[in-house]
Amino acid sequence: MFSELDPLLLSRIQFAFTISFHIIFPSFTIGLAAWLVVLEALWLKTGKQIYADISRHWIKIFAISFGMGVVSGVVMSYEFGTNWSELSRRGGNVIGPLLSYEVLTAFFLEAGFLGIMLFGRERVPKAVHFFATCMVALGTAISAFWILSANSWMQTPQGFTVDSEGVLHVADWWQVIFNPSFPYRFTHMVIAAYLTTAFVVGGVGAWYILRDRCVPHGRVMLGMALSLIVWLAPLQLVIGDMHGLNTLEHQPAKIAALEAHWETGSSVPLILFAWPDPEAETNHYEVAIPHLGSLILTHSWDGEIKGLKSFAPEDRPNPIIPFFAFRIMVGIGFLMIALGITGAVLWLMGRLYTTRWYLHAMAWSFPIGFIAVLAGWFVAEVGRQPWVVYNVLRTADAVSPVPGGSVLTTLLLFFVVYGIIFGAGIYYIAQLVRRGPGETPPVPGAGEGDPSRRPMAAGGAP
Amino acid sequence: MIASNLDMAQLLPIFLPLVWAAILALAVFLYVLLGGYDLGLGVLFPIAPSDRDRDAMMASVSPFWDGNETWLVLGGGGLLAAFPLAYATMLPALYIPIFLMLMGLILRGVAFEFRFKSSTYRWGWDLAFAGGSIVAALMQGVIIGAFVRGFTVENNQFAGGPFDWLSPFSIVTAVAVLSGYVLLSAGWLIMKPTRHCANGPMALRATRLIAVAVFIVAFSVWTPLLHPEIADRWFSPGNMVMFSPVPLLTAAAVIGLWRGIAKRQRFAPFLWGILIFMLCYTGLAVSLFPYIIPPDITIWEAAAAPKSQLFMLYGAIPLLPIILGYTAYSYYVLWDATEHDTYH
Ligand code: HDD
Ligand code: HEM
Ligand code: HEM
Repeated sequence: MFSELDPLLLSRIQFAFTISFHIIFPSFTIGLAAWLVVLEALWLKTGKQIYADISRHWIKIFAISFGMGVVSGVVMSYEFGTNWSELSRRGGNVIGPLLSYEVLTAFFLEAGFLGIMLFGRERVPKAVHFFATCMVALGTAISAFWILSANSWMQTPQGFTVDSEGVLHVADWWQVIFNPSFPYRFTHMVIAAYLTTAFVVGGVGAWYILRDRCVPHGRVMLGMALSLIVWLAPLQLVIGDMHGLNTLEHQPAKIAALEAHWETGSSVPLILFAWPDPEAETNHYEVAIPHLGSLILTHSWDGEIKGLKSFAPEDRPNPIIPFFAFRIMVGIGFLMIALGITGAVLWLMGRLYTTRWYLHAMAWSFPIGFIAVLAGWFVAEVGRQPWVVYNVLRTADAVSPVPGGSVLTTLLLFFVVYGIIFGAGIYYIAQLVRRGPGETPPVPGAGEGDPSRRPMAAGGAP
Repeated sequence: MIASNLDMAQLLPIFLPLVWAAILALAVFLYVLLGGYDLGLGVLFPIAPSDRDRDAMMASVSPFWDGNETWLVLGGGGLLAAFPLAYATMLPALYIPIFLMLMGLILRGVAFEFRFKSSTYRWGWDLAFAGGSIVAALMQGVIIGAFVRGFTVENNQFAGGPFDWLSPFSIVTAVAVLSGYVLLSAGWLIMKPTRHCANGPMALRATRLIAVAVFIVAFSVWTPLLHPEIADRWFSPGNMVMFSPVPLLTAAAVIGLWRGIAKRQRFAPFLWGILIFMLCYTGLAVSLFPYIIPPDITIWEAAAAPKSQLFMLYGAIPLLPIILGYTAYSYYVLWDATEHDTYH
């Protein structure tokens, strides 16, 4: 009955859906873990209660996000086998060890110290608790290192040989791990995570100030977030530009797709808006600035750029998603720079905490980091198609021998399960945010009518 | 010098797969123990006498569940890295049970957080925790059963149907694993310092124990019947003598467990439970070795290139003791964590 269902297409949708769901949480927990380290350090150094309050409050939000990151991540590590078994069989020699190192160096570290970080405050000396927080943060960063190395190798593979049965063998581990796109992708993604977190924290801070609640806490949050944004957002533009140049060198078809260039030429324009049409191999409704494309991509007025038509049709990515996703990401990048600079100027003028329109703008900006991260990944991954390991293994040859009906079933189940837990997670996080760090919370959830239950030691020292 | 290099080049492909098979066997075993008591708690959840008991049960494992589950991730990731062919054959064959297991793990995993956040829908997260744990445990049992029976393999690819994993045998193993987990978690609860919910599980102990024993027997009798090769192995005269300690020790452990419970000892039930698991696991390993996809593919045929296995081994040798060290430290610090130790 399900024989017409295409397991390849369904597996792609399922992978895209589950990884997009997963990446939302790392983007937040990588930044939040690092921020919690800073807060705890500030508290240990200055002894100011406000840092302890803020850190105790955000640790709860961290715990929810982290839990959702873990459960959705476990799914990912099995999907390589369930849905992409040919990738695993032929590429296992290369990506397998990278993923295993992630487990050994990162996941155990996070999990091992998370318990102490969350539950151990009153059981270990302050220094040990601080150490545990540091280890959790370190774990998230190491995790990003390995997984981005694996992903970057799939984008720009090197350091391997292929045997007669099509199985890849590693020739040089150093070349595999530090492949050409890895330094850019790693920096770009870590900064993306910090920016994402900074906009959530800053947005919540601005919202507290607007609502006139927990104002001192709100100020600290907004101030700390802004001092990060103001230099990270421009830096992200610089790194992103370098990342793009590197992609032009190694994956010219992706650049042609995300710029919607069909014809090869020198002095290509920068296309601001268009509707790329793969059938007719052209753009509709194009709005473009002459020469600027060449200038940005080659840093010269009439540098030559390859167009999509110079690639065989079966080797081209479909440009529609990369084109729009790229514009969303870069648009948000510029918005972040603008918000950062405006905030800095207001701060210097001493009006940061009183300029209501700016506070509103920041409060509404809390989700923009997530949107940019998802858009960025869609550029990177859809732009890599039709290859799963670029120029080595096609996505169509990587898929598992499973029937479409099985994939459709699990895909629908994921929609339901992720829908429920995402809704609940957002709801509980919103509830925590609304409750605020300054007020002693009514003992949340559990223990109603249970006098033996000690209220959370909110006032006490952490 | 040259001669010894040659020897290494010949020895490594023989030796490394054995080492990795041992490391993965250890990872999976640790998962079965740690994940076992952890999932078993979810199975016991609905029959806990009160909500307070459920609070205490959950608090006893909240700090550890993530670490426990990481052994499962190492099992999966390690299989991909060390035996890619086995990973690529087994996972498509087990497509449906693996995803059902993962969905179960998702629902029970988030319940650790959400249950304490919710007052009106708390029953919903109780249900998610119990249901998720039960489904995950059953699916793990099904996976073991299907693994022992073997898969249809052609040209290094799985070539069977989507429901090949379902058989009377795999249903038996599913129930066996579920009851085994319950046994472990009952032992865990009896052992934990906050014992105010120990009575509930204690009352149920007898039935459960019998169930476990019965299924272990069913399992171990059925396995040899299914595979003539395994039957030959167990019942060949030389091996009968060599392997006879395994069933005998298992019988001894069951008796020990029984007495531990009868005498209301604190640590004995959990420790005997571990021993029983260890013995069953050894029995399984003995029956299957050296096949990783029985009866077609051996660990040497499925092994990753020596260069990949060696590269990982350099990291695994120093890292595994460190991991075990800080995991033990975390258990030590949070040993008597109760529902009062909360950041919620
Ligand atoms: C940029 C970083 C990043 C990216 C691109 C990914 N992850 Fe992830 N992952 C993390 C960063 C992270 C993390 C920060 O380490 C997490 C997120 C939150 C958390 O709890 O740990 C995590 C959790 C996490 C876990 C659970 C770990 C545990 O048990 O504690 C697994 C198994 C994976 N991930 C696997 C994957 C796979 C197979 C991915 C790709 C297909 C992937 N992740 C993309
Ligand atoms: C080691 C890390 C990763 C690997 C091995 C990997 C691998 C893959 C594979 C096999 C596909 C299927 C091909 C296809 O759908 O066309 C895919 C698609 C995709 N991946 Fe990744 N991916 C990784 C990381 C990520 C991350 C972190 C994201 C973040 C969101 C991501 C986003 C996507 C998206 C959106 C698609 C869909 C593309 C499409 O439908 O054409 N990937 N990736
Ligand atoms: C400001 C200007 C920016 C530029 C010029 C830029 C450039 C790029 C380019 C060219 C890629 C694709 C690289 C490839 O796959 O080969 C990319 C990917 C990505 N971008 Fe950006 N980016 C910018 C801003 C941002 C911002 C603000 C965020 C998030 C906060 C972000 C997050 C990402 C992510 C997560 C990816 C996918 C992973 C990767 O390939 O690094 N980017 N970016």
